[in-house]
Amino acid sequence: MGAHAVNPVRKLGRSTLAGIQMVGSVGLFALRGTLAAFSAPWFGGQTLRQLVSIGFFSLPVVGLTAVFTGAALALNIFTGGGRFNAEQVMPQIVALGITRELGPVLAALMLAGRVSAAIAAEIGAMRATEQIDAMRTLSTDPYRYLVAPRLLAATLMLPLLTVVADIIGIAGGWLVAVQILHFNPTIYVRNTLDFVQFWDVGSGLVKAAVFGFIVALMGCYHGYNAKGGARGVGRATTHAVVSSAILIFASDYFLTTLFST
Amino acid sequence: MTDIAPKLQWKGVSKRFNGGAPVLDKLDLSVAPGRSLVIIGGSGQGKSVTIKSALGLVRPDAGEIYLDGEKTVALSERKRRDLFQRVGVLFQGAALFDSLTVWENVAFRLLNADGVPRKEAKALAIEALGRVRLGPQVADLFPSDLSGGMQKRAGLARAVVANPEILFFDEPTTGLDPITAAAINELIVDQVKHLGATAISITHDLASAQTIGDEIAMLHGGKIVWRGPAADLKTTDNPYVRQFVDGRADGPISNAV
Repeated sequence: MGAHAVNPVRKLGRSTLAGIQMVGSVGLFALRGTLAAFSAPWFGGQTLRQLVSIGFFSLPVVGLTAVFTGAALALNIFTGGGRFNAEQVMPQIVALGITRELGPVLAALMLAGRVSAAIAAEIGAMRATEQIDAMRTLSTDPYRYLVAPRLLAATLMLPLLTVVADIIGIAGGWLVAVQILHFNPTIYVRNTLDFVQFWDVGSGLVKAAVFGFIVALMGCYHGYNAKGGARGVGRATTHAVVSSAILIFASDYFLTTLFST
Repeated sequence: MTDIAPKLQWKGVSKRFNGGAPVLDKLDLSVAPGRSLVIIGGSGQGKSVTIKSALGLVRPDAGEIYLDGEKTVALSERKRRDLFQRVGVLFQGAALFDSLTVWENVAFRLLNADGVPRKEAKALAIEALGRVRLGPQVADLFPSDLSGGMQKRAGLARAVVANPEILFFDEPTTGLDPITAAAINELIVDQVKHLGATAISITHDLASAQTIGDEIAMLHGGKIVWRGPAADLKTTDNPYVRQFVDGRADGPISNAV
């Protein structure tokens, strides 16, 4: 009976310790990757390749998500606002919702699905086939060659993708407002521009940079520590996407709290 | 021979994973400069861990590994990178980088660690490919375009391109047909002789062991249970070696398992 009583406590203790160990391990990994990004030798070619792969090739998926979200948001706000005769504030709320929240979060989630998974699978496969060990024996630090360029590229590109998402998202709202809800196109644009402040966009871009770092970090961390061949690579990919998404939402709340004070 | 300071030496090296049985158990082993030592042994007996510990890819729980008399276990990452300048490794699956062409793989160290300009690095890579009998036409292909034997050759070219002092070969003939395996063995012997390098190989393949090794050591239970000249492998009466060479199920190895 005593053993039964102790078991749940032991399990709780074990999982708590494992959780703490994981946080420490991710923290050290992030530190090593970040330090590598800020000290020579740099691998410019790798960084450029990642900037294109993470930034340019994510444009279609981010753009499509933004246009439909902006359009749906406009319809929802128009319907909801209609209940207390506030349809006319729809452009302002769409702009605020997109720039402060949906632009960065949706672009980050799309990146988590597309980029974090791809990074984890690529680096995980390199781990499984001893390519990372080979890289070390060729006097090249994998943190500098593999991790730092991805961290840097995602942190720089997600804010740019968010600018695109903001513009396309607002355009999606404008399209629905003008074509379906018969808003005046010029007044819609003027209302949006008059209302949106620099910090609405700026705070979204700061969030995006943090989310970009998280997406690349989770992909690199889980790929780098993948164990057990193909199954391990699959597990690393899943963990990268799930942990990226959770950390995006959690950090979004904390950053929003910070920016609201 | 005993007067010669070893090039590489494992002294009392132990390693276990996740609290399991020891993979290496106070391993003592040394290789003299310019000699080729082949470590044989069954699966899971610690052969890979032995060379990975020397490369710093696995950190031993106890013991020390010396390279030219200098301790290597606790080296910083920067010093480890310097040490790797003197080392070439052929991995089991060749471990070529899929996203790079064959010549970029061969010249990886030159391009990324030594700062050699691309044009010069490509010329050196093509020269190294020639040394392993791969023509310049493969230089711009990707590893996925090559057969298993050609990938091993490209891996060998990558290992020797910077003229290392020590070469490690991890199961160089695994997964190859006998003719390709014989060709790889021949190339390994050529390259080791050409460079005057010290070589440490691990293999299950006894024909390969006898071709590429001056000496053979048998690893079992994390310890060396026999060591002798390659020619003695067939004649020794050591029960571990006899059982391994004859491929019998009964003997000290099955008892130990």
